[in-house]
Amino acid sequence: MAETCELFDCGHRACGGCGAALVSRLILKATGKDVIVVSATGCMEVFSTPYPETAWKVPWIHSLFENNSAVASGIEAALKKQGRKEKVVAIGGDGSTFDIGMLCLSGAFERGHDFTYICYDNEAYMNTGIQRSGATPYDASTTTSPAGKCSIGNSRPKKDLPQILAAHGAPYVATASIAYPSDVVKKIEKAINTPGPCYVQIHAPCCTGWGFEGEKTLAIGKLAIETGLWVNYEMEDGVVTRVKKVVRKPVETYLKEQKRFRHLFKPKVNAEEIAKIQAIADKNAEKYGTDLKLKSKPDPVVP
Amino acid sequence: MLEITEGSHAVAKAVKMSRPQVIAAYPITPQTHIVETLADMVADCELDAEYITVESEFSALSACLGASAAGSRTYSATTSQGLALMFEVCFNVSGMRLPVVMTIANRALGAPLSIWNDQQDSISLRDCGWLQFYAEDNQEATDLHYIAYKVAENPEVLLPAFVCFDGFILSHTYEPVDMLTQEDVDRFLPPYKPVQKLDADDPISMGMYATPDYYLEFRYEHDQAMKRAKNAISKAGKEFGEMFGRDYSALVEGYRVEDAETAIIAIGSLCGTVKDAIDEMRTAGKKVGLLKIRCFRPFPADEIRDALSHVKRVAVLDKNISVGAKGAVAIEVRDALYGKTMPVLGYVLGLGGRDVRISDIKNIVSLAESGKGDQFYGLRTEVL
Repeated sequence: MAETCELFDCGHRACGGCGAALVSRLILKATGKDVIVVSATGCMEVFSTPYPETAWKVPWIHSLFENNSAVASGIEAALKKQGRKEKVVAIGGDGSTFDIGMLCLSGAFERGHDFTYICYDNEAYMNTGIQRSGATPYDASTTTSPAGKCSIGNSRPKKDLPQILAAHGAPYVATASIAYPSDVVKKIEKAINTPGPCYVQIHAPCCTGWGFEGEKTLAIGKLAIETGLWVNYEMEDGVVTRVKKVVRKPVETYLKEQKRFRHLFKPKVNAEEIAKIQAIADKNAEKYGTDLKLKSKPDPVVP
Repeated sequence: MLEITEGSHAVAKAVKMSRPQVIAAYPITPQTHIVETLADMVADCELDAEYITVESEFSALSACLGASAAGSRTYSATTSQGLALMFEVCFNVSGMRLPVVMTIANRALGAPLSIWNDQQDSISLRDCGWLQFYAEDNQEATDLHYIAYKVAENPEVLLPAFVCFDGFILSHTYEPVDMLTQEDVDRFLPPYKPVQKLDADDPISMGMYATPDYYLEFRYEHDQAMKRAKNAISKAGKEFGEMFGRDYSALVEGYRVEDAETAIIAIGSLCGTVKDAIDEMRTAGKKVGLLKIRCFRPFPADEIRDALSHVKRVAVLDKNISVGAKGAVAIEVRDALYGKTMPVLGYVLGLGGRDVRISDIKNIVSLAESGKGDQFYGLRTEVL
């Protein structure tokens, strides 16, 4: 339960178990009150600001779906000109960030504005009813990539946006998950205190869109990391400097918990497709070196 | 001081003296000379502004939106396709009641692609809730920027403003312009004091969504502000006249229209050509006059009715077409004159940079006298 003394107030309209609502809380825990927040259109904007009510106890602005980076650019320029010290944080869901807002995002990062962009990644357009985005994982069934007789769900892998933004010269790029709240806060603190455009992409499981019970949100987020389908890492000046290591579980443990992947298990197990998803996890593990090497048991001492 | 200067340079100087704090710029013909000149001024430390070289017009206006919401005076310039790309942001800036000022160097919209002048771009955005000023010449184009900031930032108004001047015909033409000094401008236009802004010491939420219980009232208040802008324009225009000798208090301006039988209505640089044609027709004994619309939003319906109640016919020149209907100005003028008996005849002309000459204006008056109107004028039938 949110406490009323938090900067992101209780009483908003998010679903019970909403990952994005937790992201809002964690962002403001990290930033404190000296911040200006720019929200893109999306679930977070809608559940937190039905006029005349607002859950935001910091200055907050929403303009459009695709322009939060450009609005943030203008705010940052105005603050610089006025000699003000507030931090600027732009927030968008994955649809806004990966797809429709990509032009503004790329422009703002190339220009080097001093702001932090936070994407709460719930891997589809949830506010409009679970349509696929560039962040939707391979094989996930959404309302525009439904599984069917001749469809295995979303046919493309997730866009690697952190790498794209690192390639813009962003000094700090990180991925995080709401399953590890203190890590989220730490990374946002680091981002807002690093001069220049920084990016934090936060895995925010959506119980409504993914099809699981609301009390499992954190557990699902944890399973994504434990299977290697989500990797928590930090990049400084384009170099990976820190990775969360795990003892990996097979991807089925994550997939079978969610209705968006149930077509891989029912009416019969689609071993071929599950193997492809396992290969994605294996590739992630190899690329980022996430596998924790367990110390082998010492040989029994021969007397 | 009188300077012979290009229209775009004159506008850039007026913008500089208006002391914008944040400028967001993207190149597009025929607007580009304005933002290039402003970039030079920033590079030479003549203008102390944050200059954001955005990656699109969409971001240009979005950045202005953010900067304005954070409490800074902001500026951008665009035209045609650039303005079309800004469409969504335009409604947002005005709906959030942010007093951004933007120059439009009027240009045709594609397809077919055309870089030349008409007024389809800004006229197409007549419903987006911005003030719309149109300049006849470069003197007016510069002066209207000071007026636009003053009116836009008036707490009774709080609306963004387009200052429109015809692409190439004005933007790339050298003519004498009486430039104010910085001291003059500072006297007329004090620093921007936002009524409210994004501020950590006094947090507010801006741009919230409105349910059906509230949306209608937001639009009503927006419309009321636009109506209040009429008084604010008159006041600012009068004050400008008292200070500098050029009075812009009227939203419409008559030329030899008081005793006219045929009144021509025009917008922008066309008015100069119309005045020359009127002088020649008057010499030939025809009672013709002009009513120039300087401010298209708010629309001066009462002013048009008052000025034209005595005329026998009205000929409206439109450098735009609401395809399937008529020129937008003709539609609105006819609405303003509803209940009057004189014919209101529309002529769509000059689209995509087609020259409009004195002889054309005379021909149109003849057409109007014979009751022929609501048509394209000047078609080259041999290429149809």
